[in-house]
Amino acid sequence: MTDIERHAYDVVVIGAGGAGLSAAIEAHQQGAKTAIVCKSLLGKAHTVMAEGGIAASLGNLWPEDNWQVHFRDTMRGGKMLNHWRMAQLHAQEAPDRVLELEEWGALFDRTGDGLISQRDFGGHRYARLAHVGDRTGLEMIRTLQQRAVQLGIDVFMECTITQLLAGNGRIAGAFGYRRESGQFLCFEAPAVILATGGVGKSYKVTSNSWEYTGDGHALAVRAGGTLINMEFVQFHPTGMVWPPSVRGILVTESVRGDGGVLRNSEGERFMFNYITEYFKAETADSEEEADRWYEDKRNNRRPPELLPRDEVARAINAEVKAGRGSPHGGVFLDIASRRSADYIRKRLPSMYHQFKELADVDITAEAMEVGPTCHYVMGGVEVDPDSQASTVSGLYAAGEVAGGMHGSNRLGGNSLSDLLVFGRRAGTYAAEYAASLGGDRPRASEEELAGFERTALAPFSEEGDENPYALHKDLQDLMQGLVGIIRTGEELKQATKQLDEMKERVRRVTVEGGRQYNPGWHLALDLHNMLLVSESIAKAALERQESRGGHTRDDYPTADPEWGQLNVICREADGGIEISTQPLPEMPEELKALFEEK
Amino acid sequence: MGYDLQLRVWRGDAAKGDFIDFTVEAEEGEVVLDVLHRLQATQAGDLAVRWNCKAGKCGSCSMEVNGHPRLSCMTRLSDFDRAETISVSPLRTFPVIKDLVTDVSFNYEKAKEVPAFAPRPKDPDGTYRMMQEDVERGQEFRKCIECWLCQNTCHVIRDHEENKPAFAGPRYFIRYAELDMHPLDTNDRRTLTDKQAGIGLCNITKCCTEVCPEGIKITDNGIIPMKERVADRKYDPLVWLGSKIFRRGE
Ligand SMILES: Cc1cc2nc3c(=O)[nH]c(=O)nc-3n(C[C@H](O)[C@H](O)[C@H](O)COP(=O)(O)OP(=O)(O)OC[C@H]3O[C@@H](n4cnc5c(N)ncnc54)[C@H](O)[C@@H]3O)c2cc1C
Ligand code: SF4
Ligand code: SF4
Ligand code: FES
Repeated sequence: MTDIERHAYDVVVIGAGGAGLSAAIEAHQQGAKTAIVCKSLLGKAHTVMAEGGIAASLGNLWPEDNWQVHFRDTMRGGKMLNHWRMAQLHAQEAPDRVLELEEWGALFDRTGDGLISQRDFGGHRYARLAHVGDRTGLEMIRTLQQRAVQLGIDVFMECTITQLLAGNGRIAGAFGYRRESGQFLCFEAPAVILATGGVGKSYKVTSNSWEYTGDGHALAVRAGGTLINMEFVQFHPTGMVWPPSVRGILVTESVRGDGGVLRNSEGERFMFNYITEYFKAETADSEEEADRWYEDKRNNRRPPELLPRDEVARAINAEVKAGRGSPHGGVFLDIASRRSADYIRKRLPSMYHQFKELADVDITAEAMEVGPTCHYVMGGVEVDPDSQASTVSGLYAAGEVAGGMHGSNRLGGNSLSDLLVFGRRAGTYAAEYAASLGGDRPRASEEELAGFERTALAPFSEEGDENPYALHKDLQDLMQGLVGIIRTGEELKQATKQLDEMKERVRRVTVEGGRQYNPGWHLALDLHNMLLVSESIAKAALERQESRGGHTRDDYPTADPEWGQLNVICREADGGIEISTQPLPEMPEELKALFEEK
Repeated sequence: MGYDLQLRVWRGDAAKGDFIDFTVEAEEGEVVLDVLHRLQATQAGDLAVRWNCKAGKCGSCSMEVNGHPRLSCMTRLSDFDRAETISVSPLRTFPVIKDLVTDVSFNYEKAKEVPAFAPRPKDPDGTYRMMQEDVERGQEFRKCIECWLCQNTCHVIRDHEENKPAFAGPRYFIRYAELDMHPLDTNDRRTLTDKQAGIGLCNITKCCTEVCPEGIKITDNGIIPMKERVADRKYDPLVWLGSKIFRRGE
């Protein structure tokens, strides 16, 4: 195995988004020899695209905001399926993490008093999102990236990890290739942190990039770890729908937070017809009250456009189905008639730019057409809430790839804060674990490495008839059609059957060209991960016979209190996914009490 | 609605390469990156091209379209005549890896030379107070998506490989400017930019500003003020000393 490039570290972080960078900075600060590995160039991870903001109860605009209120909003948004301890830690620590970003150079928008400004978002009782216009993710990733560079942390850019090394049930490192040259790499490290983000590339209409192939989810499962809550996929209510080439690109929720409203083809603000019992008490029931809320939050209730995302996405879906959609199959999002052109350009500069450049729409003068787009996966690697340790020794997960924090539905803004809080925690505990081993480090076996190399090269030698791009498209059509926003048992069964067929097909994938920067080859390898993750989603969705948050079953249209006590778990068995259920952890009494007041 | 687009794509690697002609289907509303993806999926599975967000937010998809440095995800086909052949090639200033992908590590090396942000102590209540007007100047530069189009365009390095070691380039001039204008930072970077970043080599042609997809006024708001201050400071050390002492108290 002479042609494998070797490196040795204490902690290897897979992923350079908000979670990976936070984890690496912290592990490094704890004294661990740390490396970051990422598929794209540094600074291009998904985090860069986040727009709206970072949720943290700083209380800069609403002194009555505090972690308890944030905790309660998060749990209610997730329909109480969140791991309570993660939601608690998240709400408690988010403000400090935001202030830390400022110490590292981030320049957030300010309040009149010169403090960090906060903006309204769906499901958050108070204006809570620290932001920079509508490019908050860029500010966050750049701040963390610059910090990591200044600390001198080693970064392996454009390298893809394809396998984890495990010796006797403990992590020994990671194996992958350099995209630029096709050169294989082996990182020997007793602690590996997965910070690989999400899975959206398995869907046709998505706000996610080519990177979101569920690698971390698949790596964890193959190493013997478990996934939790995989049936919960967030369809963001507002993606672009026209022209076709931009279908799915995100339209930030800030448009609604800043005053935009949803209308159907009849001009009706239809969200008033979709206020569920669960949120009735806190949602305005007239346009007048909803409009007053922007100015006076104490005496008015929130507009229904700012209900949690699952509620809004389902409502849009229903309007379109009922024939009240916009010309290109969405609904109208109108801020032009409600706010001045100046205000819109100032608050939403990149949305203005995006519509102008890509759709010839001036959002200060006309309404946008929007519809649901696959955006975020709530499900992920099952971890310990305090340390982010998975069930495999030495394997940690943080950020979108980790499960539990968001329950059945994530509130906007709660991801960026999640990355900071749990990225840092993963860094602390992974460094501590690596140090605790002393000289007793698990080692990778050469035989295992040789096997990984063979698997990775298979698409070159395969005499198959499958094109990776064609198979990918079929998978996207399948997931969009049968495992999408509204599901039925029949369709899910059909989906798992078709996924089995695709698992056969993926073995016959062949690629042209050589090993140097070959996207066809990269996709061929990523497809294995997408299939494993898609199978997890489909099977978990079939298992959960109720509707809750990001999982809607037409054949079980309501939430079932018994299911409300259970998590669905995925693990690998015989090259496929095996499903089981496990009871939710019990919330302590003092936290339960927070849900009694209205 | 769809039509056949004549596309001429540079294909090759560090050793050799050439433009290859393709006919690709194109649809209404599409951008250059869309047709490159279609080309990948149907005719050239191993065509190397970088991209991530497809919405002008990540700065990955930079290339030259008909010789102009552009983000391919924001370059609409409707900007061209349907009969016209569109040619795409890799950024010229950086060494080619394969097809449309270049080795941009120059930029990441320059990033390492920027000194660490060094904030003043917090206010007694544990916060930093900064006014919106004061953060806005720095925010303009922090819009940078690191697409390297300005770096690619600047003739100081585009035509003069030998200048690369001494010249950080426009992207980093605004990084130094941003730190200099940061209400909390305590470093003095003017010496640094002059000595190490090579701002003196810039002769204010403004080509960098013209190609910036974020519309950052790199020259007017970043480079020129920095040059003026560097000049000031060289001229009279006391001016610099004074500004350093009084800046925080403003
Ligand atoms: C358009 C958009 C807007 C959003 N807006 C908001 C918002 O306003 N507020 C909010 O809270 N959330 C928002 N989100 C969600 C949030 O941005 C993401 O959930 C979050 O950024 C994920 O961060 P992460 O660190 O987990 O992963 P990412 O930032 O996606 O990083 C993943 C990293 O893992 C690497 N990686 C993956 N697989 C491998 C592999 N096999 N080998 C090596 N490296 C690998 C990738 O290269 C990348 O560096 C938005 C999302 C989108 C798409
Ligand atoms: S203005 Fe200066 S930095 Fe910008 S392109 Fe011209 S010479 Fe280069
Ligand atoms: S300054 Fe503009 S052109 Fe230069 S890298 Fe940044 S965004 Fe690109
Ligand atoms: S793909 Fe992100 S800027 Fe073009």
